[in-house]
Amino acid sequence: MSPQLYATFTVHDRYLGVPVERVQEVLRAQAITPVPLAHPHIEGLLNMRGQIVTALDLRARLDLPAREAGAPTANVIVMTPEGPLSLLVDALGDVVTVSEELFEPPPETLQTDTGHLIKGAYKLDDALLLDLDLDRTLDFTSARGT
Amino acid sequence: MYRIARHDGEIRMSNDMDDIVQEFLVESYESLDRLDGDLLALERDPRSKDTLASIFRVMHTIKGTCGFLGFSRLERVAHGAESLLGGLRDGTIQVNPAIASSLLATGDALRQMLSNIERDGNDGEEDFLHLVATLERLRASAGASAPARIPTTPPSPRAAKPARPAPPQATTPEPVAEAARGSVADANIRVDVAILDNLMTLVGELVLARNHIATLTAGTEHDPVLAAAAQHLNSITADLQDGVMRTRLQPIHTAWARFPRVVRDLGMALGKQVRVETDGDDTELDRSIIEAIKDPLMHLVRNAVDHGIELPAEREAAGKPLEGIVHLRASHEGGQVTIVMRDDGRGIDLDKVRARALERGMLRAEQVKKLSAHDTIELIFQPGFSTVDQVTNLSGRGVGMDVVKTNLGRIGGSVEVATTAGKGTTYTLKIPLTLAIIPALLVRSGAQRYAVPQVNLIELVRATPAQIETVHGAPVLRLRGRLLPLVYLATELGGEVAAASSHHIVVLQADDRRFGLVIDGVTDSAEIVVKPVGGYLKGVDTFAGATILGDGTVGLILDVIGLARRAHVLTKKQERELEQLYDHSEEREAPGVSLLVFTDHEGGRMAIPLELVTRLEEFPRAELESSGPFPVVQYGKEILHLVDISRLMLDRRRTSRTEGLSTAGEALPVIVYLHEGRRVGVLVGQILDVVRHDLVELQPGSRPGVAGTMITQGRVTEVLDLPQILSDWDEDALAALTGLEELSA
Repeated sequence: MSPQLYATFTVHDRYLGVPVERVQEVLRAQAITPVPLAHPHIEGLLNMRGQIVTALDLRARLDLPAREAGAPTANVIVMTPEGPLSLLVDALGDVVTVSEELFEPPPETLQTDTGHLIKGAYKLDDALLLDLDLDRTLDFTSARGT
Repeated sequence: MYRIARHDGEIRMSNDMDDIVQEFLVESYESLDRLDGDLLALERDPRSKDTLASIFRVMHTIKGTCGFLGFSRLERVAHGAESLLGGLRDGTIQVNPAIASSLLATGDALRQMLSNIERDGNDGEEDFLHLVATLERLRASAGASAPARIPTTPPSPRAAKPARPAPPQATTPEPVAEAARGSVADANIRVDVAILDNLMTLVGELVLARNHIATLTAGTEHDPVLAAAAQHLNSITADLQDGVMRTRLQPIHTAWARFPRVVRDLGMALGKQVRVETDGDDTELDRSIIEAIKDPLMHLVRNAVDHGIELPAEREAAGKPLEGIVHLRASHEGGQVTIVMRDDGRGIDLDKVRARALERGMLRAEQVKKLSAHDTIELIFQPGFSTVDQVTNLSGRGVGMDVVKTNLGRIGGSVEVATTAGKGTTYTLKIPLTLAIIPALLVRSGAQRYAVPQVNLIELVRATPAQIETVHGAPVLRLRGRLLPLVYLATELGGEVAAASSHHIVVLQADDRRFGLVIDGVTDSAEIVVKPVGGYLKGVDTFAGATILGDGTVGLILDVIGLARRAHVLTKKQERELEQLYDHSEEREAPGVSLLVFTDHEGGRMAIPLELVTRLEEFPRAELESSGPFPVVQYGKEILHLVDISRLMLDRRRTSRTEGLSTAGEALPVIVYLHEGRRVGVLVGQILDVVRHDLVELQPGSRPGVAGTMITQGRVTEVLDLPQILSDWDEDALAALTGLEELSA
């Protein structure tokens, strides 16, 4: 298995990554217009060079504590069948190279409601990089949790 | 890799060929559309040499080009038609309906083959031998079957070869017309629509960038150079936007070019004589709008021919010309395009419409009786309505007038209808010029700004909190004598209404509903570019889309219809169901509110606002049942609790009037009223009337539960505060109800 490139970011105290080819681009903090009555995980809409992008609050999606008002954010833009979507994260990390030998599935003790969103972890030298299951993460409009 | 390269080569080669074929297709389609119109003109005026020459030229060009491109079947059909046209041009044959029909059929055959070419790259399998034979037979028959319409033309011998009498007027103006065409071609180029669409998108972006710059420079009066540059950018952008919009405009003619043909065929099939007349053919509309109105317009025209225009005998009996006319007129009016479609047929039979509404269960008999003429006509736009007994394959193609109305509504247009029995029907369509960039009002609610499309906007009003009244908790505003239901935007969006000394109210009209939207303020009016929003917001029907505001942030566009639906604003149809219980069409224009006047069992006159009434019912006394202390009746699937008005008022009055609940007969009149989410039936003595009254002039009430008194038909009438009475009643319901046991006993 050839090494793979992962785009990494932090959400709360989690260090997460998705395959780099799934990421269209990353943006620093953007003005986000809230959409009343939308799904609670939707932070709002942002303007990416004239294109309207829906922002998904990853903290809410991963059931993590809400961000403090005014705390810094960044956007990881991914393309989806429903249009471009921004994963709203706390901070962007580097692009790292991971290989299959470093991968390990999640422990059985991971039993939280959002545990299924984590495919597993890459044992990097200085940290564990959690492999975020992008497809399941994007499927937030259907029944939550399962 | 090698294979891919070769493949590319093939594509490139066929692309060159494709370009030529593509151009041929585009030109031919255009020519054929013109051909239909020309043929009909020729049928009407067989002597028009110009028309004939134009038809001949179209056929000749198509024949020549497809010969060059190797479409032999197409060429053969075009050749047959050209020969026949040659005979006409030379005067050996006269135009007659059979010839016109065969030439029109040729146009259809050519179109079919063109679409084969477009799809498969060849002109198809069908030879149209029958058509070719017909064309040849007609040409050969020369003058034999043609009525001698033009006496000056010598009759032609029955011969295959034209006799060529060569009358002086038979010379063709072809060379002149050809030259004129050349000069037109020099001034015009063909542009792919995709390029124009892309340009429009870019202009949209530019408008947004301009708006952004305008916002940034708004506070920089101290920098005159920057301000001047921004001003310059502003005017250039406006001109460019205007120019690009203009490139996308098409004359309305493209939407109705085929109507004369359709109407002729439809008329023939129905045995009717119908002609289409058009005015304002050059009125221009954005191509997206033209596409959107084509089908609704076609439906209206078919409908007019099918149902409106009478059979010739009927027309003759009515003293009308045998030939019916469907007249279309388009014009620009105040940033909109108005299309008026008028027929001189029999008009819409209102009694038939009423009967049909009854038959379809759309209304009940007593409602139908009280229906005004205007409301009756509006019924034809209701889903599932059709006045033809048999759905013909001509106009009843599964599309009803409701779809016409819905489709027009979708693009911000509207349709109105007026009819005069025996004289005809007029449909008036109002349509916006474009869809991509729309004028909007930017409103503020809390910290957010929202765009309201101006097409929905009627007016802006302000009201102090004291001016906003409630009808049993539902906020309303008196606007020129009518109650306007109010919707608080902040509440609808799940927020809190901010306290203010004065409220801004946007009066909106959408899809039959009119209501006032209470907002925190109006920021600006602006041209906004409607942007697609991804699928993640699908379920949210409060917003029609999004746009980029001047400061670069995203702004949401309110969907006025969705908002009204969400806030349960009544549609006219629903209002009508309520109002039509009582005819007050004479009082319709009077200011004030409608009041339902009734008596208690002692004959005291009372009234409540009609708006509070869900329904009026009469229950046979035998149907009363007892449920504990509450008399009840079965009402549809639910149990309706009854409360007697005399008891209610008696209880409040604390008088010693004890005599009898009801001295009424076997039928008990009941006002059904929705109180805090549940239905309550109020038993009254007699229901008298519905009157309109301006409640401002009420005299203060004399006892609790009475909002005031007024005079109706010369008698003092108490206007009850029914919500208040029933709220109190809730608390000591049992006390008030005990007396009712006698009823069910």
